[in-house]
Amino acid sequence: MYPKDLRYSKEHEWAKLEGKRVRVGITKFAADRLSDVVYVELPQVGSTVAFMQAFGVVESVKAVSDLYAPVSGTVIETNQSLADKPEVINNDPYGQAWMIVVEPKDLKELDQLMDAAAYAAMTGEATS
Amino acid sequence: MASETLKRTPLHAAHVAAGARMVPFGGWDMPVQYSGIIDEHRAVRTRAGLFDVSHMGEVSLTGPGAVAFVQRLVTNDLDRIASGQAMYTPMCTAEGGIIDDLLVYRLGDARLMLVVNAANTDTDLAWFRSHLARDVSLTDVSAETALLALQGPRASAILARLTREPVDLIKYYWFREGVEVAGRRAIVSRTGYTGEDGFELYAPAEDAVHLWQAILEAGRADGILPAGLGARDTLRLEAGLLLHGNDMDTTTTPMEVPLGWTVKLQKGDFIGADVLRRQKTEGTRRRLVGFVLDGRAIARHGFPVHVDGRPAGTVTSGSFGPTVEKSIGLGFVPPAQAAPGSPIAVEIRGRAVPGTVVKLPFYTRPKTGTT
Repeated sequence: MYPKDLRYSKEHEWAKLEGKRVRVGITKFAADRLSDVVYVELPQVGSTVAFMQAFGVVESVKAVSDLYAPVSGTVIETNQSLADKPEVINNDPYGQAWMIVVEPKDLKELDQLMDAAAYAAMTGEATS
Repeated sequence: MASETLKRTPLHAAHVAAGARMVPFGGWDMPVQYSGIIDEHRAVRTRAGLFDVSHMGEVSLTGPGAVAFVQRLVTNDLDRIASGQAMYTPMCTAEGGIIDDLLVYRLGDARLMLVVNAANTDTDLAWFRSHLARDVSLTDVSAETALLALQGPRASAILARLTREPVDLIKYYWFREGVEVAGRRAIVSRTGYTGEDGFELYAPAEDAVHLWQAILEAGRADGILPAGLGARDTLRLEAGLLLHGNDMDTTTTPMEVPLGWTVKLQKGDFIGADVLRRQKTEGTRRRLVGFVLDGRAIARHGFPVHVDGRPAGTVTSGSFGPTVEKSIGLGFVPPAQAAPGSPIAVEIRGRAVPGTVVKLPFYTRPKTGTT
């Protein structure tokens, strides 16, 4: 259900270590719960984000949700295509719908996140 | 509110079995979506959608004084409709505040049906009863009445497959009683809350599941979808239709919101007439308008509206409009800013997002020649 190569926050973000960078998005669980995402607000490239502090906002037709950084550091890339096609967050949350890439300050923060099995257990979708 | 205290429509089990996402609304456990709000919205705009709106309240009035009784309570003029016709109208307090907006069905000269908002049913019933005349008898038939809304450009063709009645001949805001649909009897009304062509069917509660399934089956080839309250809200907003409790309440008069056309001051005295007459002459201090925002951030209910950099009003409804593909909303502004084209801004998370007042509705359906 959840990709094994990602780490997961309790606020439903995923973090993917790519060399020395961390790519960030939200999980399928979060996207399904929001449903019909219509707007994403992301930080500027060069701004800093802090571990489990809000870095942006995702809006669906019905609700607004904060996005929480699964790692502290500097934003070095943001996904501009989400401005015009926010619906990919519902369709392809781990692929096209990545949100930011962070140059992390302390990679050990990722140890505080969950692996796929722990995240699945938290969302009540324990894998057998 | 705890879920066990929420009321359920006759279709509740069918919604849950179909995987609908259920939410509390006006004291009811209702489906907010099935396949997705935008998906359902687009189905209604391009094909057809079926809504369970059985949570709405229905009140039957009979007796020689029924018409006069309603005339005194509502702002619109019942003398303008014939038997077989329905009318939309606000119902106001003596101060002109909107208690509710309702549909009045003229079943006959001494027989009316009022359709009221679910969240207001108890308030409305108390109001009706406190004004009741001796020559009118009132019955709350909400519990035994199911209401299905079949909406969309394919609605007429789909319904025609289930009945021998020439339903396409029913004109907008007219209805027929005792129409046989899929072997059951219903009031079939050419009304809706989506901005599309469509019908509303009032049927006995025990026939709800049969009719629901029959309509979905009859519309399968057309791509009909069951639709929830989420799509109902985006559809009504694009169509510029107001939602009581969001866009208006007892602190709001019909003259402040775009419902002046429902206030018929010539018809004779009715509750609230004095205030509304004065407001018609003197104007109001605020006006509810439609606006479009730059960008896609959504103006939510309660967000401040800014004019010239200062707070000057409040958002009452806002959403992404799936058909108009813009961030749209309704909100109060000072009369000087009410004209289409006026610049405004909405404060969203501390930032003033610029926008423009536009003429309502945001969406008008293409003319097809029927009704």
